Amino acid sequence: MSFDYLALGAGGSGFNTLDIFATLFFFIVLMVLLKKFAWGPLMGIMNEREQLVASEIEAAENSRLESQKLLDEQRELLKQARTEALAIVENAKKQGDVSREEIMTTAREEATRLKESAVREIETEKARAIAAVREEVVSLSVLAASKVLEKEVTEEDNRALIEATIAKAGEAK
Amino acid sequence: MEHLSPEYHLFGLTGNTSTLMMLAITTLIVFLIAYFSTRNLKLKPTGMQNFMEWIMDFVKGIIKSNMDWKTGGSFHILGITLLLFIFVANVLGLPFAIIYNDYLWWKSPTADPTVTMTLAAMIIIMTNYYGIKAKGFKGYISDFAKPLPFLAPLKVIEEFANTLTLGLRLYGNIYAGEVLLALIAGLATSSMFGFVGAIIPALAWQGFSIFIGGIQSFIFVMLTMVYMAHKVSDDH
Repeated sequence: MSFDYLALGAGGSGFNTLDIFATLFFFIVLMVLLKKFAWGPLMGIMNEREQLVASEIEAAENSRLESQKLLDEQRELLKQARTEALAIVENAKKQGDVSREEIMTTAREEATRLKESAVREIETEKARAIAAVREEVVSLSVLAASKVLEKEVTEEDNRALIEATIAKAGEAK
Repeated sequence: MEHLSPEYHLFGLTGNTSTLMMLAITTLIVFLIAYFSTRNLKLKPTGMQNFMEWIMDFVKGIIKSNMDWKTGGSFHILGITLLLFIFVANVLGLPFAIIYNDYLWWKSPTADPTVTMTLAAMIIIMTNYYGIKAKGFKGYISDFAKPLPFLAPLKVIEEFANTLTLGLRLYGNIYAGEVLLALIAGLATSSMFGFVGAIIPALAWQGFSIFIGGIQSFIFVMLTMVYMAHKVSDDH
């Protein structure tokens, strides 16, 4: 086996100047073409994505702050509402106490008034009844006296007669 | 097994037709891959777009490890193109070598020292150019006197040494890979027994060559950015 062909510049004769230009030409053409058609757009999209990610992060941060703010606000409102509710309940209780007191006072007064008027009526009725009884007694007495006068009777008869009359009057009453 | 190189002549200069063709094919393949994987770009990447974005981020990482992104950002496109171009060029010679009438037609373009040295020289010239652009001519010259003035000749030599190592490292790796593949292929075609014996080494070496192709393209881009950073950045 011969290894001659392994020598530097195998098989070539002399220096290939045109290869230099060919290499440069192809490499530079490739670089320019790729810059225009491949790397340019690719870098563009990568930058775009970078910006998108950055803006998304920023937006997320913003919305987080926003929601935090809203949360605080809501919490504050809730607290306020609770305080208000407590005040309302307190107020209502107080109001209730006041009106209960009032109602009771009124009721008591009414009861007193009713009792008094009833008592007064009873008094009046009693007085009238007594008056009526007295009148009756008088008229009965007169009747009895007249009967006594009409009939000459003894002391015993008189008494018996009066008693009978009174008993009759009591029966009739 | 002597291989000749097909030649063409223009303006009294000589060129290797096979290199020309392989460069064209490499360029075409890289362009097609990049072109079709960047159609239908979406904010939510899928498929090839992911791959391309990974490559971009990869090169971005290389640049960022050498200089700050503000100065390095302008070399992003150069880095990505270099990476893909050299990788495809390295891998292209792997599946087969086409030899027609003793002329070697299909090979890796990076198995040709002229190509790799051209790329290396282009990179070194670019670093010097951007060095002048970034620091001004005075700053650029005074950089040679750092860290010690009497080391300036060494710094000049370093530029040429960088060019040589950058170009020849790539060439050596890829060319050696192709030679070994050619030897294995020679073994495979020698006899039935040789074919059976060559299967496993061929598979192993092809796999390893893909790895080398990737590593070498990465190293090339990495060193490009290192040299660039030396010239462009202040703190080196």
